[in-house]
Amino acid sequence: MSETAMASTQTTEPRPGNELLVDVRGVDKVFTRGSETVHVLGGLDLQIPKGEFLALMGPSGSGKSTLLNLVGGLDRPTEGSVTVGGQRIDKLSDRKLAGWRARHVGLVFQFYNLMPVLSARKNVELPLLLTKLSGKERRKRAELALEIVGLSHRLNHYPRQLSGGEQQRTGIARAIVTDPTLLLCDEPTGDLDRKSGDEILDLLQALNTEQGKTIIMVTHDQRAADRATRTLHLDKGRLSSEPQA
Amino acid sequence: MFRIINQVFQVTRFSLASLPQRKGSSLSAMVGIAGVVVVMVGVLSIAQGIMATMKSSAGEANVIVMRSGADTEMTSGLGGDEARLVTEAPGIARQDGQPVASRELFVIINLPMRSTGTDANVPVRGVEPQAALVREGFRLVDGRMFTAGLNEVIVGVGARQEFSGAETGSTLAVGSEQWPVVGVFEAGGGLSESEVWVDAPVLQDAFRRGNSFQSVHATLERPEAFQDFKDALTSDPRMNVKVQTEAEYYEGQSRLIYQLVTGLGTLIALIMGLGAIFGALNTMYTAVASRTREIATLRALGFRSGPVIASVLSESLLLALLGGIIGAALAWLAFDGFRAATLNFSSFSSMTFAFEVNTPLLVQGIVFALFIGFFGGLFPAIRAARTPVAHALREL
Repeated sequence: MSETAMASTQTTEPRPGNELLVDVRGVDKVFTRGSETVHVLGGLDLQIPKGEFLALMGPSGSGKSTLLNLVGGLDRPTEGSVTVGGQRIDKLSDRKLAGWRARHVGLVFQFYNLMPVLSARKNVELPLLLTKLSGKERRKRAELALEIVGLSHRLNHYPRQLSGGEQQRTGIARAIVTDPTLLLCDEPTGDLDRKSGDEILDLLQALNTEQGKTIIMVTHDQRAADRATRTLHLDKGRLSSEPQA
Repeated sequence: MFRIINQVFQVTRFSLASLPQRKGSSLSAMVGIAGVVVVMVGVLSIAQGIMATMKSSAGEANVIVMRSGADTEMTSGLGGDEARLVTEAPGIARQDGQPVASRELFVIINLPMRSTGTDANVPVRGVEPQAALVREGFRLVDGRMFTAGLNEVIVGVGARQEFSGAETGSTLAVGSEQWPVVGVFEAGGGLSESEVWVDAPVLQDAFRRGNSFQSVHATLERPEAFQDFKDALTSDPRMNVKVQTEAEYYEGQSRLIYQLVTGLGTLIALIMGLGAIFGALNTMYTAVASRTREIATLRALGFRSGPVIASVLSESLLLALLGGIIGAALAWLAFDGFRAATLNFSSFSSMTFAFEVNTPLLVQGIVFALFIGFFGGLFPAIRAARTPVAHALREL
């Protein structure tokens, strides 16, 4: 798909009519470092309908990753509520939140975060260890996920034997293997060259358009953001549809 | 439940698989723990060796009779007639019409240690010919038995090893005289092997003891005869004696030194163990720090704290187990059977013994290593499980 075609799909508001998947309301996030208190997010509201591909941009320290962590149940807000798929996740216990993440969220990291001692297939199988699937079924699903990301020829390769792009594709396969409703990508192309980055973006876009995955992607890269259906800018804890001056 | 076990197993599996990436710190923790086990097993094997020596000194049906109120042969005294009456008491085994009993006296002389050249107290025991029958396992391994009435001596194998001049063909300075050594004997690994034996009347004369003895060692017809034997002696108005089985006597003799060595060994092991715990803590904190990315990723994917704690603990326990096994093996190779001498506090004379590294001691050493590994891994494991996931991911 061409970049022009990508850009033409961009909107600044959520698509009307789609079912709401993520509802963030009045969220404050305060970090305390020693005697210093840092307000990262203040009174933030964000609604993301199901099937959206949202790009979150903003300068370093603006709170993009913090917001992503709150939506993904990796962190809790100091104030406000985070509801995903109708579930108030900020009220869940650590134990229930871990289970919720395993069922509903796929995570893609900037530096892939693969286990170096496991093969690509075993890495992709990891989230399935938290399910009731048999070993045979886990293996089958992991192979299918790797096939979707175009790595069926690299099943038994270890991360050190894969290129950066291949490692990130393995990371994406791990994120989608449980068929989650929400994919959270933190700078997924930040560690890749342009060609590999484009391949990853193609893949994410396909997962959004063909499989209806809801994706939130944090990025510094305008070219990556252009692939999303909506881009929001975060600065000083506030969201806007345009970069702030 | 099965899923949790499977999670624990899988997380532990790749935690252990990543051990080679941390081989430096892992090896240092392992060596530290091995060192603790070597010292602990080594010191405790002294106590085990002393206990084994004392136990093997006691024949199953053997008894010792001393003056009433005496705790050791050193503080005992029996007149010649009194000692003769003891040997004639009912229940004592007989061989060729003679009671298997030996009236004995006990003195201490000084001999230089082979290892240091310094003088040590050496027990010299005056015995009757039946003494060789009373001591189980008595056997001459060199030379011949002393001749009754002559100032000849035989020495135990332990004494020969520890003291200069205690070998067949040489002489021992006893008072102003030189007594020839005519033989060397074994006595089943017992305390007698630390002693020098001489004919009882010769020792009585040399040390002006008249016709007095300090103890009677005897073998009963059967162990069950002990109570009748004891009753017969203690109810006889002509005698004022204390009757014990040799097992009771030697247990009492070894209690003090056993407790002292065991207490000292345990104290040393605990102090070193504390150091090793800090070593293991350091290693495991380093391991957890170097695995921050892995652990945070697993928890982000939905793995709970349990498997994470289990994986860190299992790594620590594995290192401790390997360290423990290495330490136990080294201790066994270095110490088992090693002969040494120490002061027998009951007789204030030297006793020789062999360090005994037995299976319970090896198990004890390995269990102690696991204890170090558990506490060395517990706090890093809790830290790994408690660090907020988002915070841990930011630290990458």
